[in-house]
Amino acid sequence: MTDLSTTASAPAAAMVQAEDVWKSYDNTPVLKGITLQVSPGEVFLLLGPSGSGKSTFLRCINHLETIDAGRLMLDGELIGYDERSGRLYEKKPRDVARQRRQVGMVFQQFNLFAHRTALENVMEGPVQVAGLAKSEARDKATALLDRVGLADRRHLYPNQLSGGQQQRVAIARALAMEPKLMLFDEPTSALDPELVGEVLDVMRQLAADGMTMVVVTHEIGFAREVGDTVAFMDAGVVVESGRPDDVLLNPQQARTQAFLSKVL
Amino acid sequence: MTEGSDVMATPEPLKVVPLRHPGRWAAMAVIAVLLAMLVHALATNPRFNWPEQAKYGFTPAIRQGVLTTLWLTVAAMVVGVVLGVVLAVMRLSPNPVLRNAAWIYIWVFRGTPVLVQILVWASLGALFPRLGLGIPFGPQFVEADTFSLISGFSAALLGLGLNEAAYMAEIVRAGLLSVNEGQWEAAGALGMRRSQILRRVVLPQAMRVIVPPTGNETISMLKTTSLVAYVPFAELLFQTQAIYAKTYQVIPMLLMASLWYLAMTSVLMIVQYYIERYYARGSVRQLPPTPWQRVRARLERRRPRVGEHS
Ligand SMILES: Nc1ncnc2c1ncn2[C@@H]1O[C@H](COP(=O)(O)OP(=O)(O)OP(=O)(O)O)[C@@H](O)[C@H]1O
Ligand SMILES: [Mg+2]
Repeated sequence: MTDLSTTASAPAAAMVQAEDVWKSYDNTPVLKGITLQVSPGEVFLLLGPSGSGKSTFLRCINHLETIDAGRLMLDGELIGYDERSGRLYEKKPRDVARQRRQVGMVFQQFNLFAHRTALENVMEGPVQVAGLAKSEARDKATALLDRVGLADRRHLYPNQLSGGQQQRVAIARALAMEPKLMLFDEPTSALDPELVGEVLDVMRQLAADGMTMVVVTHEIGFAREVGDTVAFMDAGVVVESGRPDDVLLNPQQARTQAFLSKVL
Repeated sequence: MTEGSDVMATPEPLKVVPLRHPGRWAAMAVIAVLLAMLVHALATNPRFNWPEQAKYGFTPAIRQGVLTTLWLTVAAMVVGVVLGVVLAVMRLSPNPVLRNAAWIYIWVFRGTPVLVQILVWASLGALFPRLGLGIPFGPQFVEADTFSLISGFSAALLGLGLNEAAYMAEIVRAGLLSVNEGQWEAAGALGMRRSQILRRVVLPQAMRVIVPPTGNETISMLKTTSLVAYVPFAELLFQTQAIYAKTYQVIPMLLMASLWYLAMTSVLMIVQYYIERYYARGSVRQLPPTPWQRVRARLERRRPRVGEHS
């Protein structure tokens, strides 16, 4: 972990760079000038009350939503647009898809493909998108399922798995595309308390392996233990950010203090 | 403490007098009487003329009519389903031109009687004596006489298939909309393209919603094919009419044709059952046994196993 945090503070090119990002739905601003930076290898945690725009921001990083103003870059490349001589051009669907391949996303509701087994879920991306041969993809998927502790469940359908197992399959499915960045949107919020641990264990391992992660979570213990940076969002702005222990134990802003006093 | 072990012992099963269902017995009696009356009428009224039905039921003309009806049903449904999927995808497309074109197609083909559509295709030659491919208001590249292009079969197929596509489009669209948006997002996040997502993720899951009404449409189509007897096209009803035009045995022949239609729809219902089962994968935890599996299981239970009879 120590050498990871030094990587995080090194002046490498940012994995995610947000500069004054704005986003509105029907003239209601949801993101009001988000500026932040996620370095390679960093575990970046987003905290904040419901409706503060955490999911919206995460979805912008994957271009599931478009931004209205500002700049949002992934590994030095604008997300969803090409910039030529000072003008922005919308990317072609093919290029958007290519960009999304580099980013894995894990959803609160798992969103596993219901008509495919765990193994087939993990194979789908490598075969359909990366063009791997079936046998190769099967070996890779089996290894990934083994890594999340589900090798013996690989032939079950999602509805035959517990919530925690489904979420671990979803993580394996995202990892199968070998992403540079993993986005997690409240990955444990839909889980029974006793199943939260098994998913956090997988994420902890992923962080230890050096994966760059942006995680929306309410798991304060996990944030303190694994996080490199915590950003607290409220009403579409980043109110406060810094090292987990600073932000979580010694918040400077009243809004952060009020939120933490309710969550802790 | 000793009471604890008592609790653990298997309890005495409850002795319950089952609820009586006098309504069921009454209903059974009424239905039995009605059934007996029907059988009596069918068996004793000579005008049903069963021998006549048996005589013509399997003649080459009728057999050919049955096969033609089946073949036309399958062909028209294939046209309907394929075009219906295309139209449904067009209606959900981000492209407004495609969206509106599909809407207009459905509006026209669903809004006019299918018999009229069939007759229009059959008499297209009266409207356009020659059909050609070329530039509008400009030169034609290929051209042919309409009556030689549109045979009875193609008029029947076009009339039934294109009309069916309008209905199938709505069925498929409902199916596509029934799939959770999260499936689109998860597939998109993997880097799949829209066409891939539709083909690999959304359509297969929509099938559960699409198959039952499609079975309904197929059964309906089987009977609607009888309309093309007026094209004229020699399917089952046409052949039946040809027989009673000579023998004047109208009711027996229509009854015979109905039995054929009933037999064919029965087969279609069985096919539908197995297709529905196939697409239930992943949405029910345990597939229920098929009727056939249930019968086999019952037979196996009844058969005394080796070493069991003491
Ligand atoms: N598609 C949409 N159309 C209109 N408003 C939306 C849409 N999606 C989100 N919003 C609004 O944007 C705001 C931020 O939503 P978002 O989902 O980003 O919040 P969040 O911080 O993730 O909250 P939670 O912790 O409850 O998940 C909310 O007020 C929500 O109502
Ligand atoms: Mg959210």
